[in-house]
Amino acid sequence: MSQTNDAQRGTPQIKTGFAEMFKGGVIMDVVNPDEARIAEDAGATAVMALERVPADIRAQGGVARMSDPDMIDGIVNAVSIPVMAKVRIGHFVEAQILQGLGVDFIDESEVLTPADEAFHIDKFAFDVPFVCGATNIGEALRRIGEGASMIRTKGEAGTGNVVEAVRHARSVLTEIRAIQQMPDMELMTYAKNHGAPVDLVRYVKDEGRLPVPNFAAGGIATPADAALMMQIGVDGVFVGSGIFKSGAHLTELKDKHAAWKARAEAIVKATTHYNDPDVLAEVSRGLGEAMVGINVHTLPEDELLATRGW
Amino acid sequence: MTRPFTVGLLALQGAFREHAEAFARLGADVVEVRKPAQLDDIDALVIPGGESTTMTKLMDAYGFPDAIAAAHARDLPIWGTCAGAILIAREVEGEGRSARLGLVDMTVARNAYGRQVASFEAPVNVTGMETPFRAIFIRAPRIESVGPEVQVLASYEGHPVMVQQGAVLATVFHPELAKDDRVHAAFLGLARKAHAAA
Repeated sequence: MSQTNDAQRGTPQIKTGFAEMFKGGVIMDVVNPDEARIAEDAGATAVMALERVPADIRAQGGVARMSDPDMIDGIVNAVSIPVMAKVRIGHFVEAQILQGLGVDFIDESEVLTPADEAFHIDKFAFDVPFVCGATNIGEALRRIGEGASMIRTKGEAGTGNVVEAVRHARSVLTEIRAIQQMPDMELMTYAKNHGAPVDLVRYVKDEGRLPVPNFAAGGIATPADAALMMQIGVDGVFVGSGIFKSGAHLTELKDKHAAWKARAEAIVKATTHYNDPDVLAEVSRGLGEAMVGINVHTLPEDELLATRGW
Repeated sequence: MTRPFTVGLLALQGAFREHAEAFARLGADVVEVRKPAQLDDIDALVIPGGESTTMTKLMDAYGFPDAIAAAHARDLPIWGTCAGAILIAREVEGEGRSARLGLVDMTVARNAYGRQVASFEAPVNVTGMETPFRAIFIRAPRIESVGPEVQVLASYEGHPVMVQQGAVLATVFHPELAKDDRVHAAFLGLARKAHAAA
């Protein structure tokens, strides 16, 4: 059929459009097919397949890399929802491998050990869309300028402490509001000062938002944390260690599964009904122990993940 | 009707903002629907694209399937896009007739066009449009068969991609991402016509 010849893949509209479909939803870190199925059953919009959740990467140390393809295949085959996976900052070969595996979205992530200290991946070179972390507007627009189809706050992954995600989300959203008020003649200097592409600064002024969906990540552990981020103004949330590191006191695996599923479902509902205190109160009940959490200010500088990337 | 024509967007999860912007450009009022009681105060309902399993969970949790069935029984015009089209299909391949709402007599296969790297955009000819519509397919469901009551408004490579049954419209592509409001205008047209006939 002649129509086939006009079909295109990997266009910016397809990549960003896919990201738009995750809005109002929760993307959950999982390390095996069982967790992936719990996440899917709980209503996750996607799972992030990785070998160790950030809390364990933090505890165990060493170089954190892309997951084993067998492990990713196992998760891809376990669920029908989209599967995301992480590559190291700048490691475009890991990204080529994940695209070849049929992963639906790639996270170029500071949670893994950076592979390049100067350059991020040219994300326009891929048909698969990318999400990247950012701590401020300049960083967000640089990543979008490299082809990212979704932005998330970096937060401070693996801590169970939402304070850094709040800081990064507020930083981006406050700057968006400032740009909207700015006269045109100030935009170029603003772009220079923030290291941001000026055409994207102009887009933000005209539209009052980033050109791609803007999610929260890093330290979200409770339904209230998810709703907090949504009310602050993000489009959706990633939950990393917050679900499958909860209920640590439980000894039976089936008890753990039940506790994880309950927490995951509650976070999904809280993300949809983020403005409804009655729903938030109801879903917050009886979830048991959240992950323990780390006070970010007690972490030594070289253990902070959010400072990776530029 | 004393209030302006109001389109309700099922806002449990997914790309409802893009639909809101398209309808606003066409002069319709839009409201985000998160609770079933809101279905009484709208003139048409859109079930947007998103993750169908997530939306199914959230619909079940708050009693939407029965409420939407009741609204459909009183002829509320309804449009499902992508995940929304899965939710209103009579049958989902591999899942049998457990499909939630069953408003359109069709069988769909989830993700049948492939994973995200296989997502594509292509021009399709739509009944009633003079030039092709650039349709964006994202991990789209494929319509495998339709019943006799279903009117096919557009096809791509031998499969229907836009169908209508009574006052219910289904598209497996994403008109809300296309920066082309003709499908939204067509839905408003069919919704207004349905209300005029009622």
